[in-house]
Amino acid sequence: MDVIRRFLAAAFGAALLAHAPAFAQQKFITVASTTSTEQSGLFKHILPIFEQKTGIQVRVVALGTGQALDMGKRGDADVVFVHAKPLEEKFVAEGFGVKRFEVMYNDFVLVGPKSDPAKVSGTKDIVAALQKIKAAQAPFASRGDKSGTHFAEVRLWKDAGVDIAKDKGPWYRETGSGMGPTLNTASGMNAYALTDRGTWLSFKNRGDLVISVEGDKRLFNQYGVMLVNPATHPHVKKDMGQAFVDWVISDEGQQAIAGFRIGGEQLFFPNAAP
Amino acid sequence: MNSLHEAFAQAAALVASGDPALVDIVLLSLRVSLSAVCIATLIGLPIGAAIGVGRFPGRRALIVVLNALMGLPPVVVGLLVYLLLSRAGPLGELGILFTPAAMVIAQSILILPIIAALARQAIEDAWTEYQEQLRSLGAGRLSAAFTLLRDTRFSLLTAVLAGFGRAAAEVGAVMIVGGNIDGVTRVMTTAIALETSKGDLPLALGLGVILISLVLILNAAAYLTKEAAQRRYG
Repeated sequence: MDVIRRFLAAAFGAALLAHAPAFAQQKFITVASTTSTEQSGLFKHILPIFEQKTGIQVRVVALGTGQALDMGKRGDADVVFVHAKPLEEKFVAEGFGVKRFEVMYNDFVLVGPKSDPAKVSGTKDIVAALQKIKAAQAPFASRGDKSGTHFAEVRLWKDAGVDIAKDKGPWYRETGSGMGPTLNTASGMNAYALTDRGTWLSFKNRGDLVISVEGDKRLFNQYGVMLVNPATHPHVKKDMGQAFVDWVISDEGQQAIAGFRIGGEQLFFPNAAP
Repeated sequence: MNSLHEAFAQAAALVASGDPALVDIVLLSLRVSLSAVCIATLIGLPIGAAIGVGRFPGRRALIVVLNALMGLPPVVVGLLVYLLLSRAGPLGELGILFTPAAMVIAQSILILPIIAALARQAIEDAWTEYQEQLRSLGAGRLSAAFTLLRDTRFSLLTAVLAGFGRAAAEVGAVMIVGGNIDGVTRVMTTAIALETSKGDLPLALGLGVILISLVLILNAAAYLTKEAAQRRYG
């Protein structure tokens, strides 16, 4: 029964592999956050400072804001760190989050091809720019994934008097994916796209894309953090999770955020209420 | 083709640097996928053998279903395992979502049908050929199944390698149940997806070159082992 012996050996091997010690016993919390904070490198900059201070490892799962909040609702995260205020307030009101704290802001920018087919470059008015893009039927790549950025984009279309769900044509492409893939798509087909500045600054495959519109007040992008409600999900690591929330809005955490730069440019501006 | 060139240069530079983070990612990839292969093999081969030599009602339908399941979309498997392991799901108590264990479970489910279906075919073919001989030796179906598992072991190796290839290559399932957490559940394929979405295409492709090389090395090793074994045992 050579075969059986070999099976047992294989089983034993599998068991060994599956129980390697590296992941045992470390203190950690799980944070559901967004691609903009993870992929820009912000977490790589600030988390080691927190870890060193508290010994708590922070495991970040980066998703769109909608998905990240959903992860919190299911109880699969201890802390949610996202950017869509109305959705966050709803999350807390429904009893999934304890209390929402403002952490920092950055802004959205409209990027588009250098050739600027809709002639929007130079204006600061994002609403006028969107109207021109629609009028010119210039290609526009939308996230289409219920993320914070998608949510902001839909709101801006509404401000521009465009019911995008109804008025979209072949020029409006919903990628249904993250910021990076959407920028890859926009770069590939020379389309306009709305992106947070952090992802844009760290994005490398720009092709012909440049910033077309920036600096409009309506492009403001606020981030919030909240502990998932232990009353709803008793397994939530409330002490460690709260320690993380407290730290990001503390002076030390806020300074760490302000200290994160790419190419000398500050990406996120701390604005937690003191 | 500048970027292809750049990708190979990136891959070479990455390997040469021996970056510990990269080593961890590679090791985790191997650990997760090899664990999944072991589990799926342990379950899949007996299932394949049972269906291969067995005669029972619904057998043909089962074969069709098993063959169809070889095409299980990784993202669907990922989603199912996610819903099972989520805190709000039936196995939420375990608290293993976003751990390598969850990734092993997802990949095991994904490749189990591949190993079982390919094993079933190999064993059934051998059974058709040797049925009379085995019967005349007085072998029942159970002992025939064991004999055939042994006799077709080289074909079964291919089934297992097919399973490994699928596990090492998929990104949909491990992304959902692992979460691509830096230093915890990031494997080769999810790292490639991440670098792609950051727009660092040469680095992404460079990681791809490393992944393909690893799979190639493992397959070569398996092939050589098989040849050596064939020479020895005939």
